Amino acid sequence: MDRPLRIVVAKAGLDGHDRGAKVIARALRDAGMEVIYTGLFQTPEQIVQTAIQEDADGIGLSILSGAHMTLFPLILDQLKAQQAEDIVFFGGGTIPPEDAEALRERGVQAVFTPGAPLQEIVDFVNGACGKRRALVG
Amino acid sequence: MLSLDTLLVEFHAGRPRGLARAITRAESGEGASLMRALYERTGKALTIGLTGPPGVGKSTLTSALVKKARSLGKSVGVISVDPSSPFSHGALLGDRIRLTEHFVDPNVFIRSMAARGHLGGVSGATGDAVLLMDAFGLDVIIIETVGVGQSEIEIAELAQSTLVALQPGSGDSIQVLKAGIMEIADIFVVNKADHPMANQLKREIRSMMEILQYGAWVPELAMTQALEGTGIDELWSAIERHRAYLFETGEIERKRRAAFNHQVRQLALGKLQHRLDAAIASHPDLSIDPYAASERILAEF
Repeated sequence: MDRPLRIVVAKAGLDGHDRGAKVIARALRDAGMEVIYTGLFQTPEQIVQTAIQEDADGIGLSILSGAHMTLFPLILDQLKAQQAEDIVFFGGGTIPPEDAEALRERGVQAVFTPGAPLQEIVDFVNGACGKRRALVG
Repeated sequence: MLSLDTLLVEFHAGRPRGLARAITRAESGEGASLMRALYERTGKALTIGLTGPPGVGKSTLTSALVKKARSLGKSVGVISVDPSSPFSHGALLGDRIRLTEHFVDPNVFIRSMAARGHLGGVSGATGDAVLLMDAFGLDVIIIETVGVGQSEIEIAELAQSTLVALQPGSGDSIQVLKAGIMEIADIFVVNKADHPMANQLKREIRSMMEILQYGAWVPELAMTQALEGTGIDELWSAIERHRAYLFETGEIERKRRAAFNHQVRQLALGKLQHRLDAAIASHPDLSIDPYAASERILAEF
């Protein structure tokens, strides 16, 4: 049976700006996905545990605090420690292009910056998580 | 998809991912072989259903109950159901926001479920998720329904103890007298008990209970402020008294039967619905009236 993609939308660390996360959550919902929103101020461990318990296909992290070079890698480490690297990990926020490139090199599958069209994000999630489903089930 | 054997190995090893994937499988309508392998391990957990209108504080109450159960050394499963969009079939599952303090506790497993078009306050696979958490060895399972209102009564069939949460200042005594969720409570919870109208609501519930006929169990009433943790010990005691009542009177068997019936009905109806939809779709003849058409389709079933 066709089941909806399940995506965790997360906010990490000391970052209270959740408008972006809510806009993304809503866009993914409207694209037919089941979006689990963690709420603010989560630790990388909390986010990865959530993704595991919810059997999520992907994690989308929103960061507007400037701590992206710390928090993205911490979540990558957690995913590795939990043997959950198959979960698609992407994110967005106010992230300079050179940082975005560095994050992609470290294993973040996509980094979206302000102005990214919602459809582009939806298409990415559908594509990447669909590919994962084909591999992992 | 992961093979059943691999999945069961993870499940039996007590890995959260095993349970998470098992629930997904059941949600996708592929729970049959899983249930065959695990059903005999079920029947040990205490199951608590929590229902009530949106905004009453169900998730906050759930969080407070999780904390209480953990302080008693019990492992806890939470199933939190939110509505799916009838248009996109997507869902925004936001109950976790109130449960964050339990995210990294290895003895707490939280699963958000989208109703996926199922009415009645729970999802079609909620019963499966309860059994899977039970088989996984979780001691207490809390099922939080969609917060939609007055007819989300399926929870009473699924859970051993049903809590109906109400908040002060949200309607007059006629709301309290309406049929539906008011009739399924084993325990009433007046949350936000610091509200000036809390005592009025308490009186209204009490006077409604005087009118209704109850059997051996008369619903208890707990006053809580879930956010502060006030009244949670008393609520927990009420849950334990209800559980003791269920076991002393043998009522627990009736509850188990109800949960079993509920689930069998769900599964059978799901299959029937599929066949029925196909039969209706392949019946293009609009010249006969709907009554005659439905009779004809059922006759061919």
